[in-house]
This record gives sequence, structure tokens and C-alpha cells, in this order.
Amino acid sequence: MTMKVVGQRVKRYDGMAHVTGETRFVDDVIVPGTLTVKALRSPVSKGTIKTMDTSSAEAMPGVAGVITAEDVPCNAYGLVPDQPVIADETVRFKGEVVAAVAAVDEDTALEALEKINLEIEEEECVLDPLEAMKPDAPKVRPEGNVFMYDERPFRQIILGDIEAGFKDADVVVENEYVHPSLEHAQLELQTSLAVPAASGKLTIYTVSQALYFHLGQLCGILQMEPDQIQCKSWAPKTGSSWRHNAGFSDVNYIGGTVGGGFGSKNDIHADHVTALLALKTGQPCKWRWTREEDLLYSTFRGAWFITIKDGVKKDGRIVARQMKSIRDAGGYSSLNPYVVDKHSFVATGPYFVPNVQIHGYCVYTNKPPASSMRGFGVTPSVFATELQMDKIAQELGMDPWEVRFINAYRTGDQTPTRRVLNSVALVEVMQKLAEKAGVDLPDKLKNMNSKERGWT
Amino acid sequence: MKKRGIGIGASLYPTGMSGGGDSSQAQVKVQPDGTVVLTTGACDIGEGCKTVLAQMAAEVLGINYEQVKVINDNTDNCPLSFGTFASRVTYVDGKATVDAAEKARDILFEVAGQMLEANPGDMEAVDGKISVKGSPDRSLPIGEVAGAATFGMRKLVVGLGHYMREPSAPDPETGEIDPFCTLAWAAVLAEVEVDTETGEVDLLRLVCSYDVGTAINPLLTEGQIEGGGAMSIGAALSEELYPNYPSLEQAPTNLGDYAIPTTMDIPDIEAVIHECPSTNGPFGAKGIGEMTANTPAPAIINAIHDAVGVWIMTLPATPERVLRALDEKGGA
Repeated sequence: MTMKVVGQRVKRYDGMAHVTGETRFVDDVIVPGTLTVKALRSPVSKGTIKTMDTSSAEAMPGVAGVITAEDVPCNAYGLVPDQPVIADETVRFKGEVVAAVAAVDEDTALEALEKINLEIEEEECVLDPLEAMKPDAPKVRPEGNVFMYDERPFRQIILGDIEAGFKDADVVVENEYVHPSLEHAQLELQTSLAVPAASGKLTIYTVSQALYFHLGQLCGILQMEPDQIQCKSWAPKTGSSWRHNAGFSDVNYIGGTVGGGFGSKNDIHADHVTALLALKTGQPCKWRWTREEDLLYSTFRGAWFITIKDGVKKDGRIVARQMKSIRDAGGYSSLNPYVVDKHSFVATGPYFVPNVQIHGYCVYTNKPPASSMRGFGVTPSVFATELQMDKIAQELGMDPWEVRFINAYRTGDQTPTRRVLNSVALVEVMQKLAEKAGVDLPDKLKNMNSKERGWT
Repeated sequence: MKKRGIGIGASLYPTGMSGGGDSSQAQVKVQPDGTVVLTTGACDIGEGCKTVLAQMAAEVLGINYEQVKVINDNTDNCPLSFGTFASRVTYVDGKATVDAAEKARDILFEVAGQMLEANPGDMEAVDGKISVKGSPDRSLPIGEVAGAATFGMRKLVVGLGHYMREPSAPDPETGEIDPFCTLAWAAVLAEVEVDTETGEVDLLRLVCSYDVGTAINPLLTEGQIEGGGAMSIGAALSEELYPNYPSLEQAPTNLGDYAIPTTMDIPDIEAVIHECPSTNGPFGAKGIGEMTANTPAPAIINAIHDAVGVWIMTLPATPERVLRALDEKGGA
């Protein structure tokens, strides 16, 4: 079939609007009467809230509303719903939101934050995931500091016979790699504008990169049974017909054009707080994080500690891989358990290894919750695996290209999770790379392909 | 002294959410004049999904890209998409879009079949016309067919599409799972110059070779390769959220302290696109978004080793880390 549009270098749909500044992002939306939201954040990495008195802040002229944990109907969200919208009693990271204010302007909102009487009893925290894994470490969360995958404190991937693989090996190459925490550094900051309507409908202008994923979570946060209503002040204050059981059609999420994501907007950062304040005050509420807040307190790529032990034959074949990976997840689950899963599923990189044992750990520490960032858990596994390949080449006195060609997946190979591969193209992709870069590969490598191993 | 070195890296990247269950839907409506509105819940976070999804709808309906408008801005009207992550939108939302466009096209075929007294199964949509295959003289402009459908036959020319990979969970003992839509492949070469006195690393060259199945829009594919390349260069050489890890002390509070690479730090990235079609993706496409940010960093670190013989086992390779490694080794 000849294609006429697919495969063409057509102009980007909204490219001209982006470069001329005509695209409307959340921060460009102006709704009359919008209140400014600011959050009070925990000054300590771990502690217990002893006093939370917002009465002076609420009494200030210009302050329309203050919310704390008791204003949140269902105060737990996330893929594993363990993160409170607003910390309730226990604080698990420095910068965690403990209260939020909506006021007529930014100055008033910031002044109101200072009037909140907050006393937190600081407790011993743990910031190092390797320390957090020890039995006597301070508990980040009552269930323990390590996420449980079924019955295990790690995701296990097993293929073949790891012991036999090492017995079969001529050389063992073992190394430790550290991938640091990284920030998305997306241009558009975490921003949200929630606009309540008299009909009871709530409109939220969002920076979300996953509208429906967040719509579901937000409705979960706003969900409660009539007998569970803690914040009875809501209905009289809003004067709206808002039903306390929010459905998807009660909220219209407006977005879809995002000023950079890279995974920073896969978790709700601001929409839940603006929604709650809009419902409480009956007025539009907007919260735009500062760059400092975004860097220090939003999600990020958590650090990784990776140990790889490979059993290798003298001819270059990797016959066994044992890998232990530890992910610093921060204070809450966010997407971390999924990130570790994805890391573990492809932990041998693009190479066939017949005997595999992977243990991927998701460890909680008293940092802001890490979460998704472009590449999820694959990025650190690529980093570690690709340095390891060069170290194997060095150990064997082989060319780094050759080690990769020898071990590259071929059609029909099994991955560590026992998926049988089709549409495999690493050999060809490497050949094209060499050609483009002007590297003259040996004929042996030039003649290889992804359909067959070409060696035994 | 300045020393040069070359390093390579390779990788694979899965398309779609690991474990499946991430559904997407789409609606393709052919207006009475033959122009098209595609409604999707996929967010465009800068990667360009509005463009590639519109291209796919246009391809199926045999019209120009410019005749497709995309609505993706609210959940009241737009069908569900799980989100723009996991390199999933081109593939998953693409399949939903193709499904929707084909269903809308089926309605046009049915109507045109009546108008041309032909079997709807014998029709094709090419060059803005609905035609009987092999009989170019028996054809009608798509606008005429859509108009007849709307006003004559009282039909709404709408296709609703859907795709979801069945959800699955890993076996608790072995981790067995078939988790991905498809896999894409990558290889990268980096050339660096290391200043052995300052520890500074200058990236001279970055050559990237990526399999993307089918490049729906090579211009945007190259954009991903350059953008992801820049991100990985930052990871390799300058970015660190907690410089005193695990302590939170001196964490950056602005983009002056958190050093993402600028255009001054990024060489002209050379890209090769390889096309090994996926067996099940729309037009053979695979995801490209995330994989571009993975492989340059290790290639750069391997190049540093090639240049001066030290391994930087903890990213990023700051001048301080490079100098300390050189000291430990006793010089370059």
C-alpha cells in the first residue's frame, strides 16, 4: 500500500501557535474573581502534627478559605492509593502540604500561611534507601520501608538456571552503578485552576498529561458516602448543588496541550487542592507552583543503586545475569512500584541472556515521592547495562561493538519474562549507526542479522 | 591535555504500559462537507500526537492532513485515553484512531455504494474521493458522499474506535509476563574530548540510530531524537537533583543551579531512522518518545573511558568526578 500522508514530514499541528505565543496554556486562562492558592509545607522530613490551628488565617480579610486534611473527603490517592492530598497527622517528607489557603491575592495568601499555627514534633527520618532497608531503620510508613510484590520485598524475574549459568561461565564481571535523582525541568510549572459552577459542575484547567487517569483519581478523592462527610461546612459555604459523590461527569477536565511533561505531570500535583478550595469557597481558585517548589517538592526520577553480576564465556556470550536494583521511591508510592517493574522486565537490556535472576526493590525514604520520568525504570538499567557491556569487552579483550552484536536479541529469543520476540532490529540498528558514524565494522559483524544468531 | 574518545551504547524500549490495560478511544466524525474532526483524549505534551493522529486519520480516509482538525481539550467531550506516557500514544491511541477512521470510512463506502450502484466492499478512499477500486471514473468527492449521507440518508458519519492491550500481571515466582505492545531498538555513538586538567567533558558528536517501526512523521521522530538526546546529555554530564545525596542539602532551587544543557552544550545530533515494522501497530509504528533519553548517557560515559581510561560509575560525569577518577587512577 502506498501511503500518502503517513510517513510525510507534515508541519506540526500546533507548531506555529506555539512559537508565536498564541497557544493558550493553563496559566493564560483568566477567570474573573479567581483566588490565589498557596500551600503551607512541612519544614521537616518526618514528624507528627501536634497543632494545626487555621483560625487566625481564616479570620484575615481577603482570605476566602483554608483547607487541611480534615477537608479532604478521601485523603489517599495514587496508583497505590497511599498518598494524602494534605498530610494528616504524619508528615513523611520536607515540603509535604499540610494546609492550603485561597485568598484575594498572593500577598494575602502568603501572609495567611504565616498565621497558621503549626506545631510538628520532628522525628528521626531516613533519607538513604540502603539505610531504610535495614530492619531497625526509622519507619517511613507503618507497613515497612520496602514495597511488597506479592509475598516478596522485591520483584523477582527468573529465567533458566542462574547457578548453572555461572558454572558454565569462564569469567564473572560484577559492578555497582549509581543513577542519581533527576528533575524533569519541564518549562510549564505545576499549575491548576478550578472553577465551580452553580450547577454543581466543577471545571478544572489542568497541566495533566493523563486527563482520564487523573479524572478518575480526582473523583476518588472527592468521593464519600453521606455518613462519612467530615467537612459539613462545605454545602452551606459553597451554596451549590454539588453532590458529595463526584462522578466523572461532575468534573470537566480541560487541558490536552501541555507545556512539557516528561513524566512530571503523570501524578496529580495541584488539581486536588484547587478543586477542594473551589468547592469550599465557591470561587475559582488557581495554584501555580514556583520553580523552587517544582524542583524541590514535585515528583522526579528517583535515584537507583544497581549491582550487576554477569557470567560470561570467553567468546563474549553472557550466560548468566544476576542483578539487584534498588529504587529510592521517596515518601509515597506514586508510580514507583510500576517503575521498578518496568526496570526489572527489561533488565538484560537488548541482549539475550539464558539464565537470569533479577531482584528489583522499591524502597521508601523521607524524600518527596519520586515517580515517572521519560524512560521510567528503563533509563537506569540502560545506563548500567551499557557500561557493563564495555566492562565485559575490556575484561575479554574484545571490541565493544562485537560484544553487543554477539549478545543482541534475535527473532524468537526469550526475554527474562519469557516473551518470545518478533520485530527485532538491534543488529541492523547498530549496523546503520556504524555506517552513519563512519565506523568500518569487521565483515563478521556486517554480515550478521536479527533473524538468526549466526553463531552457536 | 585534551584527549578524545568514542563510546557506544544500545538499548530497547517497550511501547505501551507494561502489563497492558491502558485503553484509548477515539472518535472520527466526517462533516457534511467531507472535512474531518478527530476527537481524542490524548494529551499533546509537546511530542506532537495531534499531528501524527491526524495523519493517521487522513491516511485512512484518503484526504489531506490539513483537512483533519483535532479536539483533545476536555473530558466532557473527548473519548478516554489513559494518558501520554509509556511511549504509548502513537501506538495505542493510533490504533484507536485508525479503528475510528475505518468505521467512519465504512459508512462512506456504504453510502457511496448506493450512489454508484457498487458493492461497499469494493470501494476505496483515495485523493479526497470515494471510488470503486480499479474504476477511477466511478468515483465521488468525499464531501459529496458525506453530504448525501447527512442530508439524503440521514446518517451521522461517525466512527468510534478503541484499543486496549489485555491487562496481565507478572507471575509472582518467575515474573513471567508478556507485558509490551512491541519493542523498539536503539544504538548511539558519542565522541568526547576530555580536558585532563579541568575534568571538563566536551561532547563533540552524537550519532543516534533508532528503530521506530514506521516513522509516521520523520520530522517529529527526529525532534524526539534531538530532545531526548539533550535530556540524556544533561543526565550524563551536568544534572543532579541532590548533589549531596542522600542529604537534601544544597538541592537546586532554580534552573541556574540545576544545569540542564543549553544549545551551547548540544552538538548537532545526527539521526538515522530504521524501520522494522511492528506486527500489530498502526501502519507498523512503535513508540519513540522515551527511548531517546536513555542511550546517549552511557555512550558518553563509555567515550570518557575510551578517552582517559576512567569509569564514571555514578552519574553525572561532572568535572569534579572526572578529576577524582583521574587522580585515583594516577593520571590520564
